[in-house]
Amino acid sequence: MVNATTYTSLVPLLTVLVSLGAVPLIILSSRRPNLREFWTIAAGVAKLALVVSLLPSLLRHRIAVLNLGEIVPGVDLAFKADALGVFFALIASSLWLFTSFYSIGYVRGLQEHKQTRYFAYFAVCLSATMGIAFSANLATFIIFYEILTIATYPLVIHKETEEAIKAGRKYLAYTLTAGVFLIAAATWTYLLAGHLDFIPGGLLKNIPFEPKTAWSLFTLFLLGVGVKAAIMPLHSWLPTAMAAPTPVSALLHAVAVVKSGVFGVIRVGLFVFGPELLRRFHLDYLLLTSASLTIIIASFLALKEDNLKRRLAYSTVAHLSYIVLGVGLISSPALLGSLLHLAFHATMKITLFFCAGAIYVHLHKEKVSELDGVGHVMPWTMGAFAVGSIGLVGLPPVNGWLSKWCLGWGAVAAARPLYLIILILSGLLNAAYFFPIIYRAFFRQGETGKTGEASLLMVVPLVLTAILSILLGVWPDLGFKFFKIAHEVGRVIFGGVS
Amino acid sequence: MNPSSLVPFPPLIYLFAGIFIPLVTLRWRRLAGWLALTATTAAAFFSVINLLQVLKQGIIPYRFGGWIPPIGIEYILDPLSGFVITVINLIALGVIVHAHQSVKAEIKESRWPPYYALVMLFLTGANGIIMTGDFFNLYVFLEIGSLSLYGLIAVGEKKSPVAAFRYLVMGTVGGGFYLLGVGFLYLVTGSLNMGDVRNILPHLQVTAPLVVALTLMLIGLGIKMAVFPLHGWLPDAYTYAPSPTSAIMAPIGTKIGAYAIARIFFFIFGIRLITQIVPIAQVLAWLSAVGIIYGSVLAMAQNEIKRMLAYSSVAQVGYIGLGLGLANSFGFIGALLHIMNHGLMKACLFLVAGNFRLKLGHSRIDRLDDSLRRSMPWSAAAFTLAALAMIGVPPTVGFFSKWYLALGTIASRNWLFLAIILLSSLLNAVYFFRVIERMYFPWRGSSQKRTLSSPAPKNESQEVSLGLLLPTLIFALALIVVGFLNVWLVKTILTKALPAGF
Repeated sequence: MVNATTYTSLVPLLTVLVSLGAVPLIILSSRRPNLREFWTIAAGVAKLALVVSLLPSLLRHRIAVLNLGEIVPGVDLAFKADALGVFFALIASSLWLFTSFYSIGYVRGLQEHKQTRYFAYFAVCLSATMGIAFSANLATFIIFYEILTIATYPLVIHKETEEAIKAGRKYLAYTLTAGVFLIAAATWTYLLAGHLDFIPGGLLKNIPFEPKTAWSLFTLFLLGVGVKAAIMPLHSWLPTAMAAPTPVSALLHAVAVVKSGVFGVIRVGLFVFGPELLRRFHLDYLLLTSASLTIIIASFLALKEDNLKRRLAYSTVAHLSYIVLGVGLISSPALLGSLLHLAFHATMKITLFFCAGAIYVHLHKEKVSELDGVGHVMPWTMGAFAVGSIGLVGLPPVNGWLSKWCLGWGAVAAARPLYLIILILSGLLNAAYFFPIIYRAFFRQGETGKTGEASLLMVVPLVLTAILSILLGVWPDLGFKFFKIAHEVGRVIFGGVS
Repeated sequence: MNPSSLVPFPPLIYLFAGIFIPLVTLRWRRLAGWLALTATTAAAFFSVINLLQVLKQGIIPYRFGGWIPPIGIEYILDPLSGFVITVINLIALGVIVHAHQSVKAEIKESRWPPYYALVMLFLTGANGIIMTGDFFNLYVFLEIGSLSLYGLIAVGEKKSPVAAFRYLVMGTVGGGFYLLGVGFLYLVTGSLNMGDVRNILPHLQVTAPLVVALTLMLIGLGIKMAVFPLHGWLPDAYTYAPSPTSAIMAPIGTKIGAYAIARIFFFIFGIRLITQIVPIAQVLAWLSAVGIIYGSVLAMAQNEIKRMLAYSSVAQVGYIGLGLGLANSFGFIGALLHIMNHGLMKACLFLVAGNFRLKLGHSRIDRLDDSLRRSMPWSAAAFTLAALAMIGVPPTVGFFSKWYLALGTIASRNWLFLAIILLSSLLNAVYFFRVIERMYFPWRGSSQKRTLSSPAPKNESQEVSLGLLLPTLIFALALIVVGFLNVWLVKTILTKALPAGF
């Protein structure tokens, strides 16, 4: 075992600031779209580079920390780029880059209004996401979590139609409510523990608890992070939020925002409460039950949904709960599966959303029932869609199989085979709602009215994320060493080393 | 110079300004605004000096005319009064800068001198209440402040004299209650000096006259603070008063009542008396809790921004009352912090409402539309930021108020109050996003209508002039900056401003 050491570094703060710094530049160059988009891309590249620069020392068990002084009494505004944080930051920042290119193609293809606002808030969202990833304590986490809530709102209502504004209201109603639960939970935790620092194995580990207190506090936390994690019955904002432009759905409602929610579940479950407390008070059942129900119910809802994006949204709801399930199983392989699914679901789902967006921009089709023959017109797009679907069903070689495998292994290792059955059942349901789409696209004839693919700015990113999904399935340590970092997180928590 | 001789400067400066403005402006009417601005700047400056001084050397008493209390009148500069007076005067400064132009637009030129004189007298009252260490003197300043406020309200739109009259009646009743309470207190203790009373009280039995005194004072000050259900005067007064009056009254008026309650009940009567013997704190907390919900719900139903903000004030004053009523250190700090935070937020919001009135001629929510985001982008942005602060989104000040108050409710295990504070921030979201949606998004197909019937909205900015915009934006900026400074403020000032017994 190697003990991790910490070193002070500005990098975690810079990753937050780099896209925030791009916002004024984006706004100032609103009359010159190319320059404006250049800032987005530049910020994306810089952000990714900064996150990647944290990798080498992390792999040598050196953790970057930064302390900016007290923000609320007894709690600092502090960043800590631990394995889990870097893992999440890598996913979000690398996929932002893909999404940025895709966004350019998308908004220009549709000649969207208010593109400056769109790119500006996108950058703010990514800043907040980095802040969430690198938060060293609950207070810092909450601050960025709430900023993310607010910064996403203008993107949800981007179209400014009645439907979009209603979706925005629903989104705010859910997420702001979650925010106040989180504040209640955090302040309570502070009064119990005297600090709010995330500690592997749980900051509340040594606090004497009444079962009732433990359950109430954990429920408060779960209500707080569960909304963004779309755990049922807190999920219903997510399908509604599909009123947003597709790149927003792709990055925020499949990666950044919702994954912040599950990231919160992981932080709360394993860094605030910790495995011991979860087991002692049977809090894991709360996670397992809600996650299992969510997986099954959401899959059925996806099955009957005709709108493609909404079907994907329900699928996201189900897959987010895979991750929650992995946390609830409290075993090292299950956590590994959880984290891998956090990354891999992101690459797969973003591919699917990109495809949905490309179809919408090019053919103006939004419904599954209209997709007959689309595969002949847009073979690359639908090919990528097939790759993503296969991955989400859990078939090799696409990366989804690996995370599912680990989750299943974790269920067996934790001696809870019921959840293995749920995973298998869910895989079948995934097949049931995805494969008909592929079948329609490739094996039925239909009138599309157009030929050829959407613009290259859209097709190239989606093909790349599809390829990435396959590569990560074959070689999970490719590039960013997802497997290794995820393994490190598990070691830190279950190996008892902090 | 002896630092203690600076203690009475802020109220005295306002008092002299209040007297001199009508005199000087007999010849030079346009000087009124500048004199008021100078006086406010000076008062704010000396408040800051005083605050620094008190932080350095602790409590500084000042004896008027050298008379020894309890015979003479004493001013007390301690961290609490130093903090609140600084906050009030800095906010007043921002509002007066803004008023410089909004008064020109809303008030006839012939009335400028008396108007500014009344503003100065109102601030005299506010500053005096904060500084004084004497029960009767506090009453005098209470009346000075209220009487000038009646005048400030009554020069507004058509219905304002009625609103002013209503406030006059309720305010006088409130002052009367307070004075009666002081009478009873004098009967029991034989002193009007606060420090004196504090020393005498522990040696006394709790008798009916003392309980009556406490109750009467709570009602009297509660009316000034607009604690539910004593808030009746507030909505009309805020709505129909001219913009500069609302802007100076909303962030300062009710806070003075809150301060007086904190000072008298927590410092003079002491925690034990008001929590264990007479449940004053609990009553205050419960009334405030009801007020939070009541104010928020009614704010949702309003169609006029100023009226919405007025009901929101009823709710926000409830935060302060609730924090005080919790009678623990987190709650108390939260309440003090919220005195400042809410002052800043409301100042910002009322200044924006004033800007809207100046440019649009109204501030009705149903007549706002998305042309605002083009024509008045900065005002709209300031409003949005202040709204987010009211909701309590980090890193704005509202979040930190919420944090301390939540800590306070949990520390005293009062889950209902916790729920109310958190629920209220959601209700805030409901009524503020109603406005934000209107300002930023085309409403019910209004954009199509516009392209059909009326000419396209002008792209040119119709933003208010810099003199109006700058204070608005400074307040908006302060909402974030002060948020980050909260721990520093709490550590250096507010933890020293806690009453004994926490």
